[in-house]
Amino acid sequence: MKINSPLEAYKFLPATNCGECGEATCMAFAAHLIDRSHKLTDCTPILEPKFKKKYEELDALLAPEIREVEIGVGDKIAKIGGDDVLYRHKLTFFNQTQLAYDVWDTMDEKALVERVKYIQDFKKFYVGNFLTVDMVAVRCTSNDPAKFASAVKKVVETTDLPIILCSFDPAVLKAGLEASKGRNPLLYAANKDNWKEVGELALEYDVPVTLFAPNDLDLLKSLAKTFAAMGTEKLVLDPGTFPTGKQLKQTFTNFVKVRRAGIDGDREIAYPIMAVPFTAWMAHDDPVSASYWETVVASVFTIRYGDIMILHSTEPYAVLPELHIRDTIYTDPRKPVSVDPGMYKVGEPTADSPVLVTTNFALTYYTVESDIASNKIDCFLWAIDTDGIGVEAAVAGGQLTAAKIKKGIEESGFDLKKDTTHNTIILPGLAARLQGDVEDETGANVMIGPADSGRIPGWMEKNWPPQKK
Amino acid sequence: MTKKMKLSQLSDMLQDLNVESLEGVTIEGDIELNITGGGGLNPALAYALGSEISQISLHMANIGRILGFPAEQLFASAFGMGEMPQPQALPTSPKIQELLASKFEVAKVDNWKNPIQEVTLGATSGDGGSRKSTVTLGGENALPYYFDAEMPHRNYVTMDVFDMPIGMAKSVKGNYEDVINDPAEWAKKVVREFNADMVTIHLISTDPLINDTSAKEAAKVVEDVLQAVDVPIVIGGSGNPEKDPEVLEKAAEVAEGERVLLASASLNLDYERIAKAAMDYGHVVLSWTQLEINAQKELNRKLMKQCNVPRDRIIMDPTTAALGYGLDYAYTNMERIRLAGLMGDDELTFPMSSGTTNAWGAREAWMVSSPLNQDSDWGPREYRGPIWEIVTGLALSLAGNDMFMMMHPTSVQVLKEITQTLYGSIESEEIDITNWIGAEV
Repeated sequence: MKINSPLEAYKFLPATNCGECGEATCMAFAAHLIDRSHKLTDCTPILEPKFKKKYEELDALLAPEIREVEIGVGDKIAKIGGDDVLYRHKLTFFNQTQLAYDVWDTMDEKALVERVKYIQDFKKFYVGNFLTVDMVAVRCTSNDPAKFASAVKKVVETTDLPIILCSFDPAVLKAGLEASKGRNPLLYAANKDNWKEVGELALEYDVPVTLFAPNDLDLLKSLAKTFAAMGTEKLVLDPGTFPTGKQLKQTFTNFVKVRRAGIDGDREIAYPIMAVPFTAWMAHDDPVSASYWETVVASVFTIRYGDIMILHSTEPYAVLPELHIRDTIYTDPRKPVSVDPGMYKVGEPTADSPVLVTTNFALTYYTVESDIASNKIDCFLWAIDTDGIGVEAAVAGGQLTAAKIKKGIEESGFDLKKDTTHNTIILPGLAARLQGDVEDETGANVMIGPADSGRIPGWMEKNWPPQKK
Repeated sequence: MTKKMKLSQLSDMLQDLNVESLEGVTIEGDIELNITGGGGLNPALAYALGSEISQISLHMANIGRILGFPAEQLFASAFGMGEMPQPQALPTSPKIQELLASKFEVAKVDNWKNPIQEVTLGATSGDGGSRKSTVTLGGENALPYYFDAEMPHRNYVTMDVFDMPIGMAKSVKGNYEDVINDPAEWAKKVVREFNADMVTIHLISTDPLINDTSAKEAAKVVEDVLQAVDVPIVIGGSGNPEKDPEVLEKAAEVAEGERVLLASASLNLDYERIAKAAMDYGHVVLSWTQLEINAQKELNRKLMKQCNVPRDRIIMDPTTAALGYGLDYAYTNMERIRLAGLMGDDELTFPMSSGTTNAWGAREAWMVSSPLNQDSDWGPREYRGPIWEIVTGLALSLAGNDMFMMMHPTSVQVLKEITQTLYGSIESEEIDITNWIGAEV
């Protein structure tokens, strides 16, 4: 983005405060253009012919520094790039890193289909949603175009996920493109030897293409400049991911340099970047060591500017942290982290149902809620206002106290004595030290639940309903 | 011997000629073409005439070629055409035959002007202590591992030791079962076997809600640990704000001159007592706040202005939330703190420490399987736990963290390897990745 203040964007808007965009004023809309929570096309008046010039000027000013590239089609289409800042707290990072896991054309068909399905179906619940992986990379290890085409065909039949076609042989890539027509795959890769042919394929089939120049940023930039002149800016840059030692340090430096140059306004190199943590497997024989190192390299380049990556290990101990670190870096740091404090009914609670207490930290709340709901436990769940801090820290920092719990329950209009048959509160295990105080403040019985809400089901079986004293 | 002829006559004559067989024909003297009308003709006539003349000139040129004259070249240079016949010239640009040259350049950051404060932990006999080695943190002039400036010190790991058996994730516990009742042996083990740069002794039994061990007894444990190892140590309380000042004062006293790190001064306890103990006995203070940059500034300011702690005796702990449990805020908080420090906020130019062990609180690190049946299989937890701790620490190392408090030997080993790789001190065989696609894995 060439501008960064709402005032600069406002100058181009119709300034009629018509409200069509859903905002009361054009200035408010301008602020949302800058933080990218609204699109310019949400302003219907500016789309009128008389504003054409202003629309075009503002559209160009609002375009992200790093070009956005699309891979795949339909619901599963993946967008990469589109970033404007080097540090996520300054705006946010957009279009999270796309994680592609590999298959190869010398796999037997059954194993290939199984692996693709596993990749496609992998999911992990997190804060009200599921984390999933994104793509399948098909590697040509046979050097046989026909074999590659049949593997690609099988992948395309099995999944809607976007795909990456991996070979340095233009004949192989062409066969892969034929087998995946209409799926807008990413070509991997053009290098210093094959760029003419691969470039022609990218243009002919109108697909995005990766430029591979291991540890040679001059070459990488030359390739990008040449491809732009040939007529495509649907480019992804791979500066090479070297898996160990000083080469890995150099890789890190290259990623930082390329992204900084792009954000600083060097249009010739302002494209999404690809990392290939897969290369960890070229440095380690033992699968656990290789998986660990692959995950470590993937984490480094999720944080420092990898927009898409190709990986090999599909072990959950590798995939889970990869998914979580990606979510960590791409979560908008400006968004509130809390849910509204108050009483939430989970399932269909009655007067006999348990009363549980947690905090209004969104992560804690959703974790507890999903653990209870998925185990079909009907209960009342209180999100106590801890300023959006989790249980353990809130107890230590004084944001979760007996008085706060009492206030939280009372303010929701709930009467423990009248509305329950048991007059009992269950505190999180990590708030055990509040037990006495809560008993004194509320006059209720207080039970200490497990330290992790994942254990609530087992705890309920043993401890609920409470024995009459 | 001049003969005048009409244009059409000439044309007709030449048209009928088969130039291939013009043997023996001689052309003598001047050929004069007398064209009347010139540019004043009406367009249709001019076009017809032009066509006629061009036809003639082609025939004439053919004659010229027969006579050995390179007529093509004459036409080419006269009409500016590259090659004479260009039958299928398309309206597209010519194909690019060579890569367009380009030079990659990028500027260094110009507003990182303030180096991070250097802080040394541990004192050798020369400095009045008994440590064999010391650890120096800080000194950075750039974000970690960035090419903008040399990073003077690598990251360090201090491994956790507790003064009583505690609940631990199974895969952690397995490493410490033999030493769990003996903090000194525990300390020896992490240094000798697990390559810890430092040891943290957590005096958790002093918590009134746990064992309420007296400060004096706790101090004895500190003495034991100082005897057992010769690396710098960190002394942690139980986290009880009423008891910690007393416990840390006593511990500071028995560790006099060793330049330990006292953990922690915080806004919710009597930080003045901790600061004074550090000053009186020659230690460093850990300034701990909860994920809030302004609170961190406030506490650092109080330590410096109100308690007169010198700048080289402060390390910050802005709180570590585990991967998937708030690491996004911990990461951003640390990165903001480090960037503010580098750009000159001298209330934030201190090295940072992370309680990376917190990662073991994440259920993904220790739970046998997911409590949610919709989740994909989580796989064996003994591999999940260590990588959870590694990725938590690694993320913060990239945000600017200097020192890690950790628990699992594998986590320590891998985190040290990746941070030292990025730091540039790991030599390794070079690997050729140019044909990685075909790798047999």
